[in-house]
Amino acid sequence: MSITMSAAQGSAGFGGMQARSAETINEPRIAIRNLDFFYGSNRALKGVNLDFPDKQVTGMIGPSGCGKSTLLRVLNRMYDLYPGQRATGEVMMDGENIIAPDMDLNALRARVGMVFQKPTPFPMTIYDNIAFGVKLHEKLSKSAMDERVEWSLSRGALWDEVKDRLNSSAMGLSGGQQQRLCIARTIAVRPDVILLDEPTSALDPISTLKIEELIDELKHDFTIVIVTHNMQQAARCADQVAFFYIGEMVEVSPAVQMFTAPRERRTQEYITGRFG
Amino acid sequence: MSATIITAGTVPGPAKDVQAARALGRRRHRVNLVVKVLCVVATIIGLLLLASILFTLLWRGATGLSLAVFTQTTKPPGSNGGLLNAIIGTLIQTGIGTLIGAPIGLMVGTYLAEYGRSSPLANAVRFVSDVLLSAPSILIGLFVYELMVQPFGGFSGIAGCIALAVLVIPIVVRTTEDMLQLISPSLREAAVALGAPKWTVIVHICYRTAKDGIVTGILLAVARIAGETAPLLFTSLGNLNWSISLSQPMASLPVTIYQYAGSAFDDWVQLAWVGALLITVGVLALNIVARFALRARS
Repeated sequence: MSITMSAAQGSAGFGGMQARSAETINEPRIAIRNLDFFYGSNRALKGVNLDFPDKQVTGMIGPSGCGKSTLLRVLNRMYDLYPGQRATGEVMMDGENIIAPDMDLNALRARVGMVFQKPTPFPMTIYDNIAFGVKLHEKLSKSAMDERVEWSLSRGALWDEVKDRLNSSAMGLSGGQQQRLCIARTIAVRPDVILLDEPTSALDPISTLKIEELIDELKHDFTIVIVTHNMQQAARCADQVAFFYIGEMVEVSPAVQMFTAPRERRTQEYITGRFG
Repeated sequence: MSATIITAGTVPGPAKDVQAARALGRRRHRVNLVVKVLCVVATIIGLLLLASILFTLLWRGATGLSLAVFTQTTKPPGSNGGLLNAIIGTLIQTGIGTLIGAPIGLMVGTYLAEYGRSSPLANAVRFVSDVLLSAPSILIGLFVYELMVQPFGGFSGIAGCIALAVLVIPIVVRTTEDMLQLISPSLREAAVALGAPKWTVIVHICYRTAKDGIVTGILLAVARIAGETAPLLFTSLGNLNWSISLSQPMASLPVTIYQYAGSAFDDWVQLAWVGALLITVGVLALNIVARFALRARS
């Protein structure tokens, strides 16, 4: 209800933005200290310090190439896939530095799930899409797996739409459904943290609304980090917003403050649309 | 102060020359026509050649088709033989050659696309594989002759299988690597992001996604080796008698065609035409099945 209202008001611009964030910011689940990131010799993140509060939504905004997606890919070590990319500094989660070289990456990724910009359903049935991730980390009986699939599809707000065709290909779903499937697939592994990389930029407004409602629902159980180009979306979904500019984390504030009284001039210029 | 204020209706540059524009248009039409005619003529030449080959093959081959072709083995001239041993020999050698070559090619293609990428070793393997792809097949036959026929003291069916397998490998390597590289990085990342180790991503996500292309590559390889003659001349040699032993010389359709077509006996020449027709129809059917399977899936 309130989402629809803020969505409508969001188009009114800076003044009309209505952030609906929590009053307080929780204890950090992930704490980043002095993080630098390099693509070869190109330094893409410069001394970033940032906390991601537990069971709340952190929005990361900033112009293209500012490093917000790069930071997201540090949190599940996705950059390890590509030689020449490396991070230095500290990213503490549950008492471990997750960018340490001896980190068990598959176990880390079970705790930190990720949803991408474009829906990425696997070329298999809807059921198998969900079961794929679960099977990597747990041995479940058929009935337990059925239960898990239903649970995660329900949490992903997709169960009612697909419960009669779990055994048909996931490629036949609409874009919005595919993205919710990807979210359900991530939830199924029962991570602590969910990373969302511009999850609605390829979707129509109705599907976007559904995903935003879903994010609101999921933050009761998961710590969520969302990268978005859409400032209304950041205002609607996030409890805390961080603004990035050319590899630096310029400002982090509770969403209400970020969009009404930003501390930094660059933040104000960006969110009022003067650049970016 | 003549500031450059561009208002609607004033376009910079000289006034438009309508005459020149029309001349240019006419010239483009003429060039277009010439290119079109050349393309059509080339297409007709190509199609005519293909059609005449197919027509001759059908005409000469179909007249010799009979049940005996499939039930009798090759016999001396004038005694109404068939091609049974050659047909079975081709099926066995093509089958075993594919069974040996396709998995190796699949693994090498996977290595190149997923592990080696642009490492020096991968580049070297890729180069060698491409050279092998275009190597004359008679060289492969000679190679296997040195490797398997001379040391073991005789021509054998298994040597033929190995020679064909060597031909299969580079084809499957190339198609497998190409198909795996077509998979979008985001799909791999999505699997990795769930905590999947690399081999799981390859086997469960990449192979599944690229399955159609990989299978097509294997079918193309089968079609290619089913009609190969040169590598078999030095390896399985051919056998006029019934034999399905892999340690003995083995008959095959291409070699039988090669021997019969050049002979002085009319019934042998006739059987060579029938054999050619069988290979052509077989390969054609394989291609159609591959296309049909692909289209049904997509």
